[in-house]
Amino acid sequence: MDSIITFIGENIQLIYILILSIFVGIEVISKVPSALHTPLMSGANAIHGVVIIGAIIVMGHAEEGNWPALILGFLAVILGTLNVVGGFVVTDRMLEMFKKKK
Amino acid sequence: MVDKSTTEMLQQYWLYLIYLLGSVFFIVGLKMLSGPKTARNGNFLAAAGMTIAILGTIFMHKNEDGESIGNYGWIFGGIAIGTVVGWISAKKVKMTAMPQMVSLFNGMGGACAALISLVEFGHMHHDASPATILTIVAGLVIGSISFSGSIIAYAKLQEIMKKTFKLPAQNILTIVLLLSILGLSIYIAIGHPSAALFYTVFVLSLLYGILFVLPIGGADMPVVISLLNSFTGVAAAFGGFLYDNQVMLTGGILVGSAGTLLTILMCNAMNRSLTNVIFGSFGGGSSQGGGDASSFAGGAVKSSTPSDVAILMNYAQKVIVVPGYGLAVAQAQHVIHELEALLEGRGVEVKYAIHPVAGRMPGHMNVLLAESNVAYDKLVEMEEINDQFATTDVVFVVGANDVVNPAARSNPASPIYGMPILNADKARTVIVSKRSMAAGYAGIDNELFYYPNCLMLFGDAKDSITKVVNELKGM
Repeated sequence: MDSIITFIGENIQLIYILILSIFVGIEVISKVPSALHTPLMSGANAIHGVVIIGAIIVMGHAEEGNWPALILGFLAVILGTLNVVGGFVVTDRMLEMFKKKK
Repeated sequence: MVDKSTTEMLQQYWLYLIYLLGSVFFIVGLKMLSGPKTARNGNFLAAAGMTIAILGTIFMHKNEDGESIGNYGWIFGGIAIGTVVGWISAKKVKMTAMPQMVSLFNGMGGACAALISLVEFGHMHHDASPATILTIVAGLVIGSISFSGSIIAYAKLQEIMKKTFKLPAQNILTIVLLLSILGLSIYIAIGHPSAALFYTVFVLSLLYGILFVLPIGGADMPVVISLLNSFTGVAAAFGGFLYDNQVMLTGGILVGSAGTLLTILMCNAMNRSLTNVIFGSFGGGSSQGGGDASSFAGGAVKSSTPSDVAILMNYAQKVIVVPGYGLAVAQAQHVIHELEALLEGRGVEVKYAIHPVAGRMPGHMNVLLAESNVAYDKLVEMEEINDQFATTDVVFVVGANDVVNPAARSNPASPIYGMPILNADKARTVIVSKRSMAAGYAGIDNELFYYPNCLMLFGDAKDSITKVVNELKGM
């Protein structure tokens, strides 16, 4: 029990961010017309590509000669970038179509 | 000495500020994505937030020991490869293949999260706290499930994998699998961080992702993609906890909560619970809905010709088009717009009725029809248009099936009973463009096809509609 309280206490700022972000996420989505659900899902998909930052940190601190870490980190950077770039570009392509005739 | 640490401190604060900006850009971007006029700029804004967060991390990040980011060659090399491949595949993909593309990109994000955990587990100090270990394991589990599940979803939508199948005792198997993953993760976290156990969890999670998506039928795919999308968000957020990184946490949780809500909204639209989607899997193609089907399955359907259809539409006051996945498969979005323009030119009112789960993703039909320049206000959502069917002369169902199945209203034995449907059957005449009498993705018969006011136009949707357009031009 003590260790749980300690964990919460030490991470209280992150936990605040966590809780508030949950509400923000719900609030943001709840007013979306269903026509925009696909682009929105795709945009959200690109945003969770923020995991790339973790990949950069892993890659950036991998010691020279630690090949497993270097290779896995490198792969992670590639995949994370794919998620980010592909996600935003696909979303833009979808939205480009909505714009044309309005 | 003092100066140096002050400079470093300042640099750290700058990075915090960049992360704060990035997070705000994400939130405002998502918000703007929710309006048709601001959506595109919202996407740019979110992308800008991502760019500054990435650049800030590369040039300013320091770990707990105060070390800067190194290995620039590897990092920029990876980013370059990912950018080129991601950009090209996103630009080249056909609009009809969009859902599987999103699923694939989502899988990449999940894999990225899992890889981070794999490396961090190797780096872990011996005295790592249970919370830290649990964070690493959670990122691994959720990332892996999201990865393997997304790949299966991609394969199914791309029709690389055509069959939907269920193992014997699938539900028990998946529950046992899930419990083992949970049990092992906790066991690892409370002081048994052995590599063997960790890799076992990794493999079990991949397996779980596969088994989780395998039995789910096409009709439920949007729900699954949305759910896996939010999984990846949560996996990213665990990374945020691990690195004490605010922007990863905000971005990840934002997607996690928004994605979960979107998933629930989609389930509501089908009047099903999430557990029903995951465990019920009516897309299995089994004959569960067959009970009442036999009573009308013996009846005859009336088939029609393009010229009959053209005449019916030409003299109609109002035509409502009900598009479904078949429209996307046949690539008929341009020719349907041509038909619409032709009819409008002759004073026929034409609208499109968009069922919330038509296609393979929510809004799939909107995106598809927008591609062929159908005006935004011609696309009408289900609640708004359902009362108009009774006063409509012709309803043209193109490649849709389950979303117009009256059994959802009338037959409690049907697996889709209770799902809100488009009341296409209330119109004076219903024309159904369909390749064959094969069942829709729910795998059940559709009694609408046997109704006296229903005409079937068999054949590929694009061919059929092209013929109708040609007939109309000759009138």
